[in-house]
Amino acid sequence: MKLFRMLGRSIRDAVKSVIRNFSLSLASISCITITLIIVAIAIMASYNVQNFTKEIERDMTIVAFLDNDATKSDVKEIEKEINSISNVDKYTYQSKQEVKEKMQAESDVFDTVLQNWSDEESPLKDTIQVKVKDVEKINKTAAKIESIDKVAVVRYGSGMVDKMIAAFNQVEKITYGIVIALIVVTVFLIINTIKLTISARRREIGIMRLVGASNFTIKTPFIIEGMILGIFGSIVPVLITMYGYTAFYNHFDGYLYSQLIKLIQPEPFIYQVSLSVIIIGIIVGMIGSSSAVRKYLKV
Amino acid sequence: MSDLIRLKNVEKKYKNGVTAIHNLNLAIEKGSFVFVIGGSGSGKSTLIKMLYREEKPTKGQVIVGGLDVAKLKNSKVYKLRRKLGIVFQDYRLLPKQTVYENVAFALECIGEKKDSIRIKVLKALEDVGLKNKVHEYPDKLSGGEQQRVAIARAIVNEPKLLLCDEPTGNLDPDMSMEIMKVLEDINKRRGTTIIMATHDKEIVNKMKKQVVTLKEGHLVKFKQKGKYEDEAI
Ligand SMILES: Nc1ncnc2c1ncn2[C@@H]1O[C@H](COP(=O)(O)OP(=O)(O)OP(=O)(O)O)[C@@H](O)[C@H]1O
Ligand SMILES: [Mg+2]
Repeated sequence: MKLFRMLGRSIRDAVKSVIRNFSLSLASISCITITLIIVAIAIMASYNVQNFTKEIERDMTIVAFLDNDATKSDVKEIEKEINSISNVDKYTYQSKQEVKEKMQAESDVFDTVLQNWSDEESPLKDTIQVKVKDVEKINKTAAKIESIDKVAVVRYGSGMVDKMIAAFNQVEKITYGIVIALIVVTVFLIINTIKLTISARRREIGIMRLVGASNFTIKTPFIIEGMILGIFGSIVPVLITMYGYTAFYNHFDGYLYSQLIKLIQPEPFIYQVSLSVIIIGIIVGMIGSSSAVRKYLKV
Repeated sequence: MSDLIRLKNVEKKYKNGVTAIHNLNLAIEKGSFVFVIGGSGSGKSTLIKMLYREEKPTKGQVIVGGLDVAKLKNSKVYKLRRKLGIVFQDYRLLPKQTVYENVAFALECIGEKKDSIRIKVLKALEDVGLKNKVHEYPDKLSGGEQQRVAIARAIVNEPKLLLCDEPTGNLDPDMSMEIMKVLEDINKRRGTTIIMATHDKEIVNKMKKQVVTLKEGHLVKFKQKGKYEDEAI
């Protein structure tokens, strides 16, 4: 009961002082807003990148096409050599017969075409499909496989994909750097806002101390003020997340670069991101206000 | 043990090296009215500050209402403050709040219920004779009235001890006597122990209360029904 009463008082005080120091509060809120917009975009981008890189990596397979004259014992030999490459995760052998049956089962067109080919005419080859452990080293592994005797050609996911993944990783790192720098600036602005509130209320705080207000009572309004700044600062970023991402998703029909990149479905993704943005806003507000309180209130 | 306050071998040395209080021993009974007198810089304010734990003694023991003040952690000082009221020369009121709000503030800060705040605030304002100024703002009041608001705020939580550091320092003799009447009344009717630091010779001589005389941080006299003795200072 008493706690609720005190909390109610603290919230009232906090709202009052946000309004009283309107211009500085607005500066803090704007700064939090900018930070959180970038945080929101960074979160959404990085989840999408993670999502599709995982999907691409799952599909990244080296396919080794064997010479037409490879015998059963040649295949055994090749398998052994592939197995000895350290980056190889697992491999599966498919004879041309199996490839043919698979393709025939997949589509009627293939079925009729393939039926008309004799074994000699068939362009199909025996294949070994290899999954690697580390996608970034896929080209070296492919080269090793290609150099094995009786391996005709090797195919694997195009080089553009790994370059893109590397680029995304780079962008992600830079974004993290920017976000951290912005958060630091924001925290400083909040500290200054709260400092101003504290100095505007020095007299009141002095009296509170005299009449026996607990430290908790003295501190809480300022901490809540920081949280309120954080919450106000997260309104625009949340709107951008909710409507912006949905619009983006709908505009591209869920895919970027013609089917290459599959976007994450807006729901429940946007709610999760919004929630994280609000929580980050509140935490940043609290960090700023608590350090201001520690520094200038000496409680 | 009817002593409300006990000081044992108390010394206060400030960080700049000034020793404001030397080896002070003092016991003050519940319900008494004590003047603390002495020249400027004799340590009156320092003594009062140690009683509400604004300053810690550098040696010795200060016990107020059973609490060992020197051992009190910073985070627990509020427990001591709730047992006492404090009045200063400069009133320390909130200018944007009414008389009522200023007094109620003391109770709101410690989480009292609205209903009981109302009852206690009106009672305290009645005791200081300001019931008809409840909704005024401090700048509309005379100095004496402002000081009475501060006194009402100090006693609203019904403390056992009221500390006053030169409460009449900014007031003319008439207003000062008004304040003294209010304090005497509180002392008699509520049984509140009052300790008041003052320069005012006339007041001390008129009131005939206990007098603690300090000189350069030393206790030189502690008299029942004392007078302001110039030679001691
Ligand atoms: N915060 C402080 N830091 C350092 N020295 C102090 C501090 N407060 C007081 N003093 C010194 O301690 C001595 C006693 O000061 P105190 O304020 O207790 O005297 P006082 O009797 O209240 O004087 P006055 O009648 O002028 O109010 C003085 O020499 C003063 O300079
Ligand atoms: Mg003094």
